[in-house]
Amino acid sequence: MKNNIEQKIRDFIRDNFLMGEDDGNLSSNDSLLEKGIIDSVGILELVSFLEETFDIKVQDEELVPENLDSIAFIVNYIQHKKPELRG
Amino acid sequence: MLVNHFLENSAQRLPEKVCLVFKDKRFTYAEIDKVSNQLAHTLIELGIKRGDRVAIYIENSPEVVISLFGILKAGAIFSVLNPLIKPRKLQYILNNCQASCLVTHTTKLSALLEIINTLPHLKSIILAGDKKEIELKNKTIIFWEDITSYPKTQPSSKCIDQDLATIIYTSGSTGEPKGVMFTHHGMVSAATSIIQYLENVESDIILDVLPLSFDYGLYQVLMAFKIGARVVLDRPFSYPYPVIELMLKEKITGFPGVPTIFAFLLSLENIQKYNFDFVRYVTNTAAALPPAFIPKLQKLFPNAKIYSMYGLTECKRVSYLPPKDLEKKPTSVGIPMPNTEVYIVNEKGEKVRPGEVGELVVRGSNLMRGYWGDPEATEKVLRPCPYPGEKVLYTGDLFKIDEDGYLYFVGRKDDMIKSRGERISPKEIENVLYELKGVKEAAVIGVPDQLLGQVIKAFIVTKDSIKLTEKDVIKHCTKHLEYFMVPKYVEFRSSLPKTSTGKIKKTELE
Repeated sequence: MKNNIEQKIRDFIRDNFLMGEDDGNLSSNDSLLEKGIIDSVGILELVSFLEETFDIKVQDEELVPENLDSIAFIVNYIQHKKPELRG
Repeated sequence: MLVNHFLENSAQRLPEKVCLVFKDKRFTYAEIDKVSNQLAHTLIELGIKRGDRVAIYIENSPEVVISLFGILKAGAIFSVLNPLIKPRKLQYILNNCQASCLVTHTTKLSALLEIINTLPHLKSIILAGDKKEIELKNKTIIFWEDITSYPKTQPSSKCIDQDLATIIYTSGSTGEPKGVMFTHHGMVSAATSIIQYLENVESDIILDVLPLSFDYGLYQVLMAFKIGARVVLDRPFSYPYPVIELMLKEKITGFPGVPTIFAFLLSLENIQKYNFDFVRYVTNTAAALPPAFIPKLQKLFPNAKIYSMYGLTECKRVSYLPPKDLEKKPTSVGIPMPNTEVYIVNEKGEKVRPGEVGELVVRGSNLMRGYWGDPEATEKVLRPCPYPGEKVLYTGDLFKIDEDGYLYFVGRKDDMIKSRGERISPKEIENVLYELKGVKEAAVIGVPDQLLGQVIKAFIVTKDSIKLTEKDVIKHCTKHLEYFMVPKYVEFRSSLPKTSTGKIKKTELE
């Protein structure tokens, strides 16, 4: 399950923000902000994607880097919101 | 007056006052002054002389603030580069201004190492971040933590206010970045005018979540230091809650922003539950403030004056809309700032009447000195005028003025794109597109966007037999361009409209 979530997120980031190289260069723990992959506009796009794909509602207070600033954080966050997706 | 006097005078007058807050660190004027003196001595010992260029390539941090003052104290010229630029552009800029020293961070080393052998002018590197074993041929490396061993005293400088203080790199119409040169006098003049209309005072606490490579972000620091105020600095705005917490904790009085920041804050469902009574003013520039935001911002910041402003790198700022006129003229960028004068001319160079569209021309001591190493490009924009011996700035921006003398931005005279407040050269993007295998023709235009002003759209004709996808194009662009230059839309066509001379007719693309 976890790999499934991670793959969907990676696909989205690769298709919408991209690192310019293969996403193999992006480790699950890399900060999307520090790597220059995402900015405030990108965060809003990421949130709409997560809401639609995983059928969740991202609360205002959850808009923090600890939930969204790396692939690993996002996977954890989704699993926390949707316990049934836990592997 | 010199720009480094902003810091030196305040350090003399208010040594113990906290002038800079960054994450959990608080710095007093005396501390910033001391470390920038030490950095200046480091640079002098490295052989940096009056008028030499020293570039700064680091994320927003106290190191950037200390570096720019240290460089000025050494009599040199600073250039704060966008930390997101790719190695190829970094190489171009460092060679263009012949920077002899670079202040950077260990996290930026991999980008630098890619081009290190192509930088003949670069003699030394000052490296912030963790100290580690590193050796580079023909370059001296000094670690940031080691500058504390240099003298704390102010080095003597022979600079006068006609000397250059900074070079700010901006996108040029030829596709290569242009270095906009400012003298100390020009910067002091711009800072003084802005402080005057914002009514900045010593008790101001100014939030700075804008890139310091962007003149809007840089001037927050300069202006605060000039009047002995405080800057609360952070990385460029991304997640809203850390910024909201910072505003509440530090009780910020000045909030400079751009439409994308305001859009994010206003989109939060429960934003109105916070009390921002202490915010005295909010400023907007880079792209027009959508009129729908105005009442919402006013409700969120009930005690704040809201300023809508306009400018371009070549003269820092041109105009501001007095807050009392915001409701009456929400789409205007207002009147010239103090000590600046403007007029609008038609194709023949004649001044136009109210309501007629023409090119905006700016007069003032805040104008740039010119483009670094490019007298030809300089002559095109800094031109003689009816005032004897004076040069004025032709902005390339089309404007009209109303009966009351208020300015309205209409568009660009050339095909330059304005997005997120950055002027973007279609040519720079087209050059990159043509390097992609399979691209036969490429044209880039700006299409309107409510928050960003414009966003980038690329039209591509591929060579026969080669199949390219939108993904291929965006991937290629992301590799070679900063993210704000990467096309948002890509459209494939079998041909592009041409003029009789065979040039691509962009006016027919949309």
